[in-house]
Amino acid sequence: MKRVVITGAGTINALGHSVSETMEAMREGRCGIGKLEMRDVDRLAIQIGGQVRGFEAEGRFNRQQMALYDRFTQFALIAAREAMAQSGLEFSGELAARCGVVLGNSGGGMTTLDDNYRTVYEDGKNRVHPFVVPKLMNNAAASHVSMEFNLKGPSFTVSTACASSNHAMAQAFQMVRYGAAPAMLTGGSESMLCFGGVKAWEGLRVMSKDACRPFSANRNGMVQGEGAGIFVFEEFEHAKARGAEILCEVAGFAMTSDASDIVMPSKRGAARAISGALTDARIDPSEVAYVNAHGTGTAANDKTECAAVADVFGPHADSLMISSTKSMHGHLIGGTGAVELLACIMALRDGIVAPTIGYDEADPECALDVVPNEAREADVQVALSNAFAFGGLNAVLALRRI
Amino acid sequence: MSIQDKVIAIIAEQALLEPSDVTTKSTLDDLGIDSLGLVESIFAIEEEFDITVPFNANAPDQSDFDITSVAAIIAGIEKLVSEK
Repeated sequence: MKRVVITGAGTINALGHSVSETMEAMREGRCGIGKLEMRDVDRLAIQIGGQVRGFEAEGRFNRQQMALYDRFTQFALIAAREAMAQSGLEFSGELAARCGVVLGNSGGGMTTLDDNYRTVYEDGKNRVHPFVVPKLMNNAAASHVSMEFNLKGPSFTVSTACASSNHAMAQAFQMVRYGAAPAMLTGGSESMLCFGGVKAWEGLRVMSKDACRPFSANRNGMVQGEGAGIFVFEEFEHAKARGAEILCEVAGFAMTSDASDIVMPSKRGAARAISGALTDARIDPSEVAYVNAHGTGTAANDKTECAAVADVFGPHADSLMISSTKSMHGHLIGGTGAVELLACIMALRDGIVAPTIGYDEADPECALDVVPNEAREADVQVALSNAFAFGGLNAVLALRRI
Repeated sequence: MSIQDKVIAIIAEQALLEPSDVTTKSTLDDLGIDSLGLVESIFAIEEEFDITVPFNANAPDQSDFDITSVAAIIAGIEKLVSEK
């Protein structure tokens, strides 16, 4: 088995258009959630979200590319460009033939779907733009990343709702770990913050109208976000040989399924994923200093997640830190684990743990150190990133300082 | 059909029971309606009466809508319909 390290990171999300902007916001505990700006917003019961603001496709993509790229593809490409620039890798020849890209995504091109349903249903038109299908397909982002960076090996999209990015990164990790690819691009992207996307979430009655307050006793639901996080996973010796900057090591992962309910989380399923990741990474539970929580801010997730962490870590649960950055960037659904991985990198590399903001009131059912409201300096050697999806599909990554 | 009969019919359908098996004293637990069933029932009620029920599944006890029994649900809906 080979060791796997991260040599490049990129993002765009409500906190910033780059990794440095996002980490700065996380350090400052800044909130990227605000009033939604979109057509027909007055018809929505939920009018807040973590929208990417000040983003113009013009100048970043040419006219033909813009006609082909849904917003979730644009986000993926922008994040991938940043990650690739940092890694310094270039794909050609034999290397290009073996390397690929695995991305997480849940909704596909929701903006494209929304706009074109309007065209045919609301406007009564009988013709749509010829690129609707290649724009909205869930694999569009991965495909365009493969084209832009000449990745000719295994590339695909993983769709496991809110765990998509973690499942995707686990796939990429395995390919590098087992020697199938010297490097992989991976992460995830989502743009479900359109009228239809918000409307759909509204229906489930789990959305907050005012803020995402994970673990706080007065939490009242999740808040949607959008954006992408993309990373370069690279075989350790390969990275070392070319003198690449290493952000951290990906040490292991586990995936489990609750096999019980389509929306309610299970403590056992979550706990099995957390302990499985530790076993896979050969990490003793006592080494874990930080857990980036799934922490959606719903009643059900947060208490179940805390119970799972308490079960796995026993008394050590009281000495580790667990925070949810969704309080700042919102829930990026299929892209969320990727953006949240940045908080793990920040903890491992910079020794700064991102806070859970909006924390008002202790909840006895979430009685862990949730790093309330302010970032904290800490020596973090090992961090975990949790993702527990609707459908009961869980994926946890274990990361180590290097 | 009265508001009460309509609400009972909706709840009975969700619980896979006959309306005669649903009494105003029944709780959703008694009827075997889980959180997803509750959200679906509220949707059906909103559609039937053209109202908006202030209900957040995260904080059912803090919503301005009492769901502790069928009678409470009916009373809440009667109020919302009268305010329409």
